[in-house]
Amino acid sequence: MPTNKLDQLYRSVIMDHYKSPRNKGVLKDNNVTVDMNNPTCGDVIHLTLQVEDGIVKDAKFEGEGCSISMASASMMTQIIKNKDIDTAVHYAHLFSDMMLGKEIDDSIDLGDIEALSGVAKFPARIKCATLGWKAMEKGLGSDSDN
Amino acid sequence: MLSKEIRKDFPILDQEINGYPLVYLDSAATSQKPRQVIEAITNYYKYDNSNVHRGVHTLGNRATEGYEGAREKVRKFINAKSTQEVIFMRGATTALNTVAQGYGRQNVEEGDEIVITHMEHHSNIIPWQQLAKEKGAILKYVDLEEDGTLSLDKVRETVTDRTKIVSIMYVSNVLGTMNPIKEITEIAHAHGAIMVVDGAQAAPHLKIDVQKLDCDFLAFSGHKMCGPTGIGVLYGKKDLLNKMEPVEFGGEMIDFVGLYESTWKELPWKFEGGTPIIAGAIGLGAAIDYLEQIGLDEIEKHEHELAGYAMDRMSSIEGLTIYGPKDPGKRAGLVTFNLDNVHPHDVATVLDMNGIAVRAGHHCAQPLMKWLDVSATARASFYLYNTEEDVDRLVEGLRIAKEYFE
Repeated sequence: MPTNKLDQLYRSVIMDHYKSPRNKGVLKDNNVTVDMNNPTCGDVIHLTLQVEDGIVKDAKFEGEGCSISMASASMMTQIIKNKDIDTAVHYAHLFSDMMLGKEIDDSIDLGDIEALSGVAKFPARIKCATLGWKAMEKGLGSDSDN
Repeated sequence: MLSKEIRKDFPILDQEINGYPLVYLDSAATSQKPRQVIEAITNYYKYDNSNVHRGVHTLGNRATEGYEGAREKVRKFINAKSTQEVIFMRGATTALNTVAQGYGRQNVEEGDEIVITHMEHHSNIIPWQQLAKEKGAILKYVDLEEDGTLSLDKVRETVTDRTKIVSIMYVSNVLGTMNPIKEITEIAHAHGAIMVVDGAQAAPHLKIDVQKLDCDFLAFSGHKMCGPTGIGVLYGKKDLLNKMEPVEFGGEMIDFVGLYESTWKELPWKFEGGTPIIAGAIGLGAAIDYLEQIGLDEIEKHEHELAGYAMDRMSSIEGLTIYGPKDPGKRAGLVTFNLDNVHPHDVATVLDMNGIAVRAGHHCAQPLMKWLDVSATARASFYLYNTEEDVDRLVEGLRIAKEYFE
């Protein structure tokens, strides 16, 4: 069986985030909450953020969905913590580019998130991967493409 | 079991997907098309293409004969009394919306009830939600039994003298449940309500007899029964259709057009505004010829056997839950399931990597997903071209998915 192609999608770091999601739960002292779903497949995410002086101080998510959507949301919450809003939104744009298979500026270290680049080759799964990021953009008031 | 020779009629099945021979288990979403149907459509465009009902010329006559000939095939297929009762539409969705807007708006008033069930497809929920909202009517749901079947007692409890419309699917696209339409129709009629049947998952798989069912309307789509997309059928009893106003207005459906008033053609054309779906209807006619030549009873038997075999084999996989009736005799040829700790999308991706096409998601039945208390499920659906080997490949694929995610 073609495990190689499967492994392109389900990289071990993705499986790790899926099985042990980071920042899972609901932030009690949040000042931003977003609920979003993917109507074509039923995936849902409940994102809570604590934003102070334009900085994302903390982020947590809860949701139901496939390995790709949940791992992606987990990674998203990791990278936006302690970033200012513009940077967080910029990451969302970079992620969107990555899903479109575009070249990403090498100088930016996306860490675990780079493991999701393989999703671009699975068109049916791109919406899974972008759910958490769309929720974050919406929460930070910058869901320009919606 | 039907002969494997049938597979040769479906050119699409003869290909590799991700390095494996294709196993197509998504026919409940849309079926594949046999050569006979593809050729009927191609030949129409190559040799007979013309507009219908107006040409004096030979091609116009041929196109009209093809289109109206397809209507007669549909009439016979569902045993309608007359071709006036067979209206071509885009699909089951359009047909159900036409009943809701055409019949519903005229006949449903504030405080009246519309009865549906928790297992309906969105296309048999939303048209009634919209109608109920517009009219101040009450939309009521018949609750399901634990095994995903309908109890006639619960239907009796739900339908009252205030009920104007009962609309229920013949076969569930998720649970596979085959509903007792004839008996439900009797209950509806006893209260003076009309019976609407969503036959989208029934028409491809079993012999439908609208006179025996005594239903008032029946909707189905061509593409799930070996026909092309974009064609479907609304059957309605003649007296009801005669009283109903058209929903679409324009060319083809008119009798006389004045500056401020117009009149409509007679049935069935008053509901077919605009140039009709000629090639689609001809393709659907060819699909009916094809299915009848094999035999609907034979097809139904084949699917029951495959579903039974699949349920048997799939039950051997630890952590696999099958939804719907446990008795294969009570269900159509599909199996909806979940694998513990593996999301259905991931199941579907792993299967696809092994050449197997299944559906994952909510199957356009969000209220039913809620009833099942799941966010999504995976579904393998069978048709006349599927074999026991296909089921074996599915089971093997599921074992791979399970191992991969453990």
